[in-house]
Amino acid sequence: MSYNVDDKGFYGQFGGAFVPEMLYANIEEIRVNYRELLKEKNFLSQFNALLKDYVGRPSPLYFAKRLSQKYQTKIYLKREDLLHTGAHKINNTIGQILLAKRLNKTRIIAETGAGQHGVATATVCALMDMKCIVYMGEKDTIRQALNVGRMRMLGAEVIPVTSGSRTLKDATNEAIRDWISNPKDTHYIIGSAVGPHPYPDMVAQFQSVISKEIKTQLLQQTGSENPDYVIACVGGGSNAAGAFYHFLEDKNVGLILVEAAGKGVETDYSAATSVLGSIGIIHGSKTLLMQTSDGQIIEPYSISAGLDYPGIGPMHAHLITSGRAEVFACTDQEAIKAAINLTRLEGIIPALETAHAFAMLEKRKFDSGDTVVLNVSGRGDKDINTYLNNIQYE
Amino acid sequence: MNKLQKVLRKRSKKLLNIYLTAGYPNIDNTLDILYALNEQEVDLVELGIPFSDPLADGLTIQQSSEMALKNGMSVERLFAILKMADSDRLPPLIAMGYLNQMIQFGEEQFIKDAKDSHIDGLIIPDLPMDIYQRDYQDLFRKYDMGISFLITPETSNKRIQSALELSNNFLYVVSSSATTGGKGGFSLSTMDYLKAVQRIETEIPKLVGFGIHDKTTFEAAVKYCDGAIVGSAFIRMLQKSNDYHKDIATFVEKIRT
Ligand SMILES: Cc1ncc(COP(=O)(O)O)c(C=O)c1O
Repeated sequence: MSYNVDDKGFYGQFGGAFVPEMLYANIEEIRVNYRELLKEKNFLSQFNALLKDYVGRPSPLYFAKRLSQKYQTKIYLKREDLLHTGAHKINNTIGQILLAKRLNKTRIIAETGAGQHGVATATVCALMDMKCIVYMGEKDTIRQALNVGRMRMLGAEVIPVTSGSRTLKDATNEAIRDWISNPKDTHYIIGSAVGPHPYPDMVAQFQSVISKEIKTQLLQQTGSENPDYVIACVGGGSNAAGAFYHFLEDKNVGLILVEAAGKGVETDYSAATSVLGSIGIIHGSKTLLMQTSDGQIIEPYSISAGLDYPGIGPMHAHLITSGRAEVFACTDQEAIKAAINLTRLEGIIPALETAHAFAMLEKRKFDSGDTVVLNVSGRGDKDINTYLNNIQYE
Repeated sequence: MNKLQKVLRKRSKKLLNIYLTAGYPNIDNTLDILYALNEQEVDLVELGIPFSDPLADGLTIQQSSEMALKNGMSVERLFAILKMADSDRLPPLIAMGYLNQMIQFGEEQFIKDAKDSHIDGLIIPDLPMDIYQRDYQDLFRKYDMGISFLITPETSNKRIQSALELSNNFLYVVSSSATTGGKGGFSLSTMDYLKAVQRIETEIPKLVGFGIHDKTTFEAAVKYCDGAIVGSAFIRMLQKSNDYHKDIATFVEKIRT
C-alpha cells in the first residue's frame, strides 16, 4: 500500500477535488503546473535559498535531555518554532508565493485560525510585494489578537468572518467564495494539508523539508537517519505531513498524530476528528469530518485556534484508517499542563497547538532505547494570554 | 416523460426557474410557497436543501440556509414534507444540495427518496463530472433522476461538451465569476459570454443562474438562453413579506411582464 497521493489525487479513498465548476479552472491551473514546478531547478533553488537565508532553515534538531529523563526515552525536538514568524507555516507560504508569481497572480488570499498561517502569508506578500487579504473567524481575531496586529503591520487586510461558528472552517469558506469571485488575478494560499487536490499534496511537499532535515540531522547525531517514532499535532495536518513525509513508506518508523480533544471527546466540546468524524466532503476533499446524521458540518471546539477544524487532511484520514498512524486526543487542560512542563524542563514555550503533541507523552510509554522525534510546530508567544488565564501558579 | 421534462421540452417559452431554500422562512410554509409558485405558473422550482457550509452561495442564501436549519429542516424532513404534498399542485421540481448531504443520507436512498418526493432532477455543484460518471450515473438512471451540470465563463469547450453529454434536464449556465446573490446589472463581458453560450448547440435548454434578480437581468438572460433561475432576489422578497400569496404573485409578474 502506498501512503502518498495517487495520480487522481487520492490517498486510498480520501482526497480528490470535489469543487464547484466555478473553482475548477483555478484548481486545474495549479494541478497541471505544480508537479513540474516542484522539479524545476530554478524554482527549487529559489525556494531553498529563501528557506535558508530568509526563513532560517535548517531548523535545529535538539536532544531534549531533561524531557527525555522524565519520560525515560530519547526525545528529539524538531525546532520549527525557531523559524521566521514562529511556526512551520512559513515553509508552505514561501513555496506557494513563488507558485503564485509563476502563475502571474497579483492578489493573495488566505484563511487563518491561530493566525500563524495568516502571518506567514502576510510576510511573504510583503516580501514579494503582493496584495494580501486574510480571512479569519471573528472569534479567532479575539483570541489571537496579537497575530491580527502582526498581519496588519505587515500590510495585510484582515477580514473578520462572522458566518457560521466564526472560526477556521468559516474563514476557509469565505476565502473560497472570494476565489470564486476573483478567479483570474487571485491565488489562494491554503494553510494546511487540506482542501481539493492538489493542495494537500502540494502543501505536504512544501512542508516535507521538515522530515528531510530530520533524516540528515538524526544521522549526524545518532548514526541512524530513521527515528522509531515521529509525533506531531494535527489540525488540518500540514506540520504532521511535513514531519512524516519521508518516513511514510518506511514502516519501521511509527507515526503518531495528536488531535485536540477540547474539553474531552465525550463532551460536545471537542475537535477530535478521528474519533468523532465520519467520511464526507469538506472544503473540496473527501475525508473524515465531524458532522450530524443530516450531513451538516459540526462546529468543533478546542482552546487552540489552530486545531479547531472539523476535518483532517486526506493523507491523515488514510494514515489513520489504514492503521499506518496511531492517533491520540489530548484535552485543553492536558495541553496546558504539558506546555508548563516543557517550559520548566527545557525553557521552550510551545504554541498551544504543539502543546497537544507534548501532552501525548503522558499517554503512551516508549522504550528507553527509542528515538522519538517530536515536531515543535510553533512557539507560544501568540498564546501567552491564554496560558496566563489558565495557569494557576502555586 | 415526467412533469419536468414536459416543461423543458417547451422551448419556445422563456423558462422561469425560481430558487427556494427549503424550510425558509418557516418549515410549515415550504409547501404553501411551492403551491403559490405553481399557481403563478412558474415553469420549475429549484429547492435548495439547506447546508451548513454552502461554498458556492452568497450571503442571502447562506443566511436563509442557516435559518432553515435552525427551523429544523433536514434532508429527511424535506422528503417527508414533499411526499405528503398534493402533487397536482406542485410545480416541476428539482433540488440543489451539496454532495456531503447525499453521501451522509446514503446515495441510493437519497436518489430514490427524492424521486418519491416528486423531485425530477438534482443539482450537486460539488459533484465532479468524472466522479458522477464513475460512481453515480447508473443510480440516477435506475431511478429516472435527472441531473444538471454547471458551466461558467472559465469552463473550457471540452468540459462544456462533457457537461452537455451528462446533463439530461438542462445546462446550468453560471452568468459570471461570482457566488450567488449579485444585485447589479449585467456587465458587457457577461453579455458577451451569454452570446457565446447561445451558439452552443444542444438538445437541452440552457438556463442562466447567478445574478438574475429583476426583469432586466431576466430579459437579458432569456434573450440568449432558454430560461433563467432567480434565487437570492426571491429569498430577499420572502424576508420582507407579510403576505406570501400576494407578494409571490407580484414578484413573478414583475419579472415576466
Ligand atoms: C503552531 C501551529 N501548529 C500546528 C497548527 C495546526 O495546523 P497543521 O495541522 O496544518 O499543522 C497550527 C495552525 O495554525 C499552528 O499555528
